[in-house]
Amino acid sequence: MSRAGQAPAPIRPMPAPQQETAPTYTEFHPRWYRPPISTYWWLDKSAYVKFILRELSSVAVAWTVALLLVQIRAISRGGDAYTRFLHRMSSPWMIAINIIAFAFLLLHSITWFNLAPKAMAVRVRGIRVPGLLISGPQYVAWIAITAIIFAIVLTR
Amino acid sequence: MVNKETEPIFWTLFSAGGVVAALFLPAQLLLFGIAVPLGWVHVPAQAGMLALLQSPITRIYLLIVCSLPLFHFAHRFRYTLYDGLQIKHLNEMVFAGCYGVAVVGTLLAAYLVVTV
Amino acid sequence: MNIPMIEMQVARYSPEHDTQPYLQRFEVPVKPEWVILDGLNYIKDKLDGTLTFRWSCRMGICGSCGYMVNNEPKLGCATFLSQYLPGPIKIEPLRNFPVVRDLVVEISDFLEKLKRVKPWLIHENGNGAGEYLQTPSQLEEFRQHSMCINCLLCYAACPISGLDPVFIGPAALALAQRYNKDSRDEGAEERMAILSHPEGIWGCTFVGECTKVCPKHVDPAGAIQQYKLAAAIEGVKQFLMPWGQRQEER
Repeated sequence: MSRAGQAPAPIRPMPAPQQETAPTYTEFHPRWYRPPISTYWWLDKSAYVKFILRELSSVAVAWTVALLLVQIRAISRGGDAYTRFLHRMSSPWMIAINIIAFAFLLLHSITWFNLAPKAMAVRVRGIRVPGLLISGPQYVAWIAITAIIFAIVLTR
Repeated sequence: MVNKETEPIFWTLFSAGGVVAALFLPAQLLLFGIAVPLGWVHVPAQAGMLALLQSPITRIYLLIVCSLPLFHFAHRFRYTLYDGLQIKHLNEMVFAGCYGVAVVGTLLAAYLVVTV
Repeated sequence: MNIPMIEMQVARYSPEHDTQPYLQRFEVPVKPEWVILDGLNYIKDKLDGTLTFRWSCRMGICGSCGYMVNNEPKLGCATFLSQYLPGPIKIEPLRNFPVVRDLVVEISDFLEKLKRVKPWLIHENGNGAGEYLQTPSQLEEFRQHSMCINCLLCYAACPISGLDPVFIGPAALALAQRYNKDSRDEGAEERMAILSHPEGIWGCTFVGECTKVCPKHVDPAGAIQQYKLAAAIEGVKQFLMPWGQRQEER
């Protein structure tokens, strides 16, 4: 169905373009349009949201280190401080925050191990080593280390 | 402070911190942040924990685990503030803030680990 | 024979009349083998001859027909209209570039960045000294990165390219790597001064979108991350032992 030569009337969801007093020309050519980037650019695509979440996991990392430092101090100061530390960690707010922080730590670990193969183009005899062979051992190490830490601490 | 000579250093610290954070921190948080408060495991006694802390291996381990991830955080958070909030004009402040946290944290960790 | 129609919403911008782009709607038939480019040419032939867009080979090798199709950077010649039925399809110029007119963007900034990374063989005995010898496995090292057609979809997908106009960008960095990894090339040191820079690889935060949208599977993200490792080692060495040979500052 061709409508020879006739363009349909333009529908303009954006504000109607205003006629400037003169065309917007710079010295040798018409002015280019440079779209502004909003502060919420990262909400445009789910891939961007995931990226920002991954970057925000660094806050959870810093939080965990802070907790660790507080814990070391509590343990070294004696039984009372340690009890108070445990008590504060048991408050529902703390547990909630720590669950969220833990989720972010998991996000960090998983994205880190999955991205590691991309940063290393390892070739054995000319064939590119499949990504799983690089990230796999890291997952195994992760689980092993977690088990070891639990074992060491829980046998005190 | 941020130029082509120093960027590789910061990136290396970021990488090392990322590996350490990925491998060791989830276990630490899971233990005392979730498992112990929720009663999934028994509470380790203070005396035993103190003895553990005083071993030299633990001291070195804790120093690494507390310091490197903070540098990882500093680098990543610095870039998140640039890109997410587009506040590049506050360049120097953001840099000082992020790495300030990392340096202070490292010093604190060193102090605690030595005086345990 | 019932040919389905689809609504194409195409961004229009004419600096003579407009202060910002707006969407113009067209009804376009969807033949099974038609791509976005066929739709745009149908519009230009039969509906509105003033529509302006770049295209050339229509087979995915010239890199001219990059547009944002429903907010995703795609090649116009490689994207079928039928997969967007029942529609509508929104076609806008590539993100992160200034818009000259309608779907045409200004890419001279990219071309300058590309030239800056020296994407050519740097060889002391180059130009007529005989043949270079290269084994298939040496070719394989960089072949993936050599597939780039400069379509700039990666720049449209990369948020850093939009947020930081001085960032050299995925395609240029991948092409620099293509030459760094080429066994015939001796220019790695020369390029490092340009690449190992906050405007170069250190500006990249490994979002990974560039690799996802690349129609030729060049994997610029991978190229950049691999180079970060190499540059970091070199950078740490220089920092700790600055008494070695200093690279020329350019």
